[in-house]
Amino acid sequence: MKTSQNRIQNTFKGLKQKNEAAMIPFITAGDPFTDLTEELAVAMAENGADILELGMPFSDPLADGPVIQAASLRGLEAGMNTHNYLKLVQNIRRQSQIPLVFMGYYNMVYQYGLKAFAEDAVSAGLDGAIIPDLPIEEADEWIAVARRAGLDTIFLAAPTTPMERIERIAQRSRGFLYYVSVTGITGARQELPAELAQNLAMARNHARLPVAVGFGISRPQQVAMLSQVADGVIVGSAIVRLIEDGIRQGVPATALVQRIAGFVRELKQATRYGIKPGQGA
Amino acid sequence: MENNKMLSGPDKKGHWGIFGGRFVPETLIPALLELESAYRKCSHDASFQAELRSILKDYVGRPTPLYEAKRLGDALGGIRVFLKREDLTHTGAHKINNTLGQILLAKRMGKTRIIAETGAGQHGVATATVCALMGLKCEVYMGKKDMVRQAMNVFRMEITGARVIPVETGTQTLKDATNEAIRDWVSSVKHTHYIIGSVVGPHPYPMMVRDFQSVIGKETRRQILKVVGRLPDYVIACVGGGSNAMGIFHPFVRDTNVKLIGVEAAGEGLNTQHHSATLTLGRPGVLHGTMSYLLQDKWGQIQGAHSVAPGLDYPGVGPEHSALKDSGRVHYDTIDDQEALNNGFRFLSELEGIIPALESAHAVAYLHKLAPKLAKGSVVVVNLSGRGDKDVAAVADIFKGQNP
Ligand SMILES: Cc1ncc(COP(=O)(O)O)c(C=O)c1O
Repeated sequence: MKTSQNRIQNTFKGLKQKNEAAMIPFITAGDPFTDLTEELAVAMAENGADILELGMPFSDPLADGPVIQAASLRGLEAGMNTHNYLKLVQNIRRQSQIPLVFMGYYNMVYQYGLKAFAEDAVSAGLDGAIIPDLPIEEADEWIAVARRAGLDTIFLAAPTTPMERIERIAQRSRGFLYYVSVTGITGARQELPAELAQNLAMARNHARLPVAVGFGISRPQQVAMLSQVADGVIVGSAIVRLIEDGIRQGVPATALVQRIAGFVRELKQATRYGIKPGQGA
Repeated sequence: MENNKMLSGPDKKGHWGIFGGRFVPETLIPALLELESAYRKCSHDASFQAELRSILKDYVGRPTPLYEAKRLGDALGGIRVFLKREDLTHTGAHKINNTLGQILLAKRMGKTRIIAETGAGQHGVATATVCALMGLKCEVYMGKKDMVRQAMNVFRMEITGARVIPVETGTQTLKDATNEAIRDWVSSVKHTHYIIGSVVGPHPYPMMVRDFQSVIGKETRRQILKVVGRLPDYVIACVGGGSNAMGIFHPFVRDTNVKLIGVEAAGEGLNTQHHSATLTLGRPGVLHGTMSYLLQDKWGQIQGAHSVAPGLDYPGVGPEHSALKDSGRVHYDTIDDQEALNNGFRFLSELEGIIPALESAHAVAYLHKLAPKLAKGSVVVVNLSGRGDKDVAAVADIFKGQNP
């Protein structure tokens, strides 16, 4: 087994010592063009993002709501494909040591070849991979090749997942466990489920690795609240929406990057005051 | 051995070899496990089976006739053609065999809302119909393009109390209607049952839909033995997702002297980008929860399909068909739009007074390809999966455009 860089694990360790949760923004590669994704990634890393989740656009993103669907389409129209994605990762990695996580549907990984993808992903500088339509029952081969290549396999657990199953999902996960906050698809929600904090606490009890929470989280207040009960907080659609708004308003690229960097700073700040000393993990 | 496994299947996890499985967001896994266990219970439950049989008989109109189309057979050089008349079922297509089974299951699972996707609208109509019958709330996702070309079916759904939700994303056809239905289900899974309309999707759907549709093949087998005294030489069915084909093939799969032929849509031609020949030109991959042949680009992005028949206009296909193709048990071939219109739709209407659905017209048109190779007196069964009422307006427009 190749030794991975353990960037994800080290990040969570470092944050735990500081009593902070990880701020994990999500953007889609190539949305609306590849150079901008690169700039955004670097800027977010410099403005407080602890881990970056980089979506690979897919023609049929069936776990995604309208905002990320539209981003996916913009990415594909800009010519994004698996090969260009890995090149983009390489370019980001040259400028930043932020842990980088692939988020993409199984068919793209399968067509590339599981082993080839895991190896090329690690060479390009990726640290982990989330495949939202690959449940653990179908993942034996993927887990084996990812382990050998040193790529963290990040699986999802949902509010519908029984605790006994969360345990099995956590056992197959590396880096962190992705806890889906809502029974639903991606997209900002006005309100998060009342039982979320309790579910997260239980999930954390059953997992021997950090648990990050995502789906529907859009506001610093939500991040602050969740930072008390999770090891990481993922914000996707809310950031992608800023990109969409920027495109619609004709905001120049540099101004858009600044706007998003500012939002990420705010979100990161929320992960800091969220956890009072002595509380949390 | 391996081949034998292909002929039954699937295995415990829903696989036929590399095909099938359960590639869905984690949120849906518990629902699929619940569905699988409820289905296994019902398939051994005498009262469930009795209820299903009784409604199939008195409401759907089963068994459907196996009709010998003599003028058709004569025109094709003296072969014997038998049409399995799924077009005569209530609502006009085989789709209701499946929706009825699934709604009885949904009721037993205590679900209060039903969703479905539809292409041609036949599955949507069949779902809306059984929801009316059982008093369940029904919402159907349908691509905007399909709502235009199958306007009559939209109205039929609405009049039976269903809500039809237009899908404007992507291709605006069956593929994207299915995406939207899955997204709905991910959010509503607790109280909602998703009635998938073909032998596609995550396990247990391909197996369950096949089983509910197998009534077609079981009847056909009995009927042909009674009329002809032997099994047919050929069984032909069109393949969209593949449910009418699986339904009629399944009871013949072990009879290796019966040749099984699945007909895919070649659309505007196999050398164009506008076809739905998934098994003929696709590669294995994952879409809508299952591993199967797919129309896709080098990177695994799904490609748009095309067919004049909306029910065949889909870039995927049921996983069991993929296994049957690779094992060589079923031969898959194609028929293009023009052949379906002239050698299928028109030909059957003029010779027999039966207007077939454009989907089924592909299976009928295949007779023209096959007949020259057959000995006189060969026995061929064609699954006439649906009637063409839904298509007459669209076909009239096409023919008008061709002969202005
Ligand atoms: C009459 C008819 N035949 C065939 C099909 C294709 O579906 P399948 O391949 O699942 O039978 C449809 C789908 O809408 C249909 O309406």
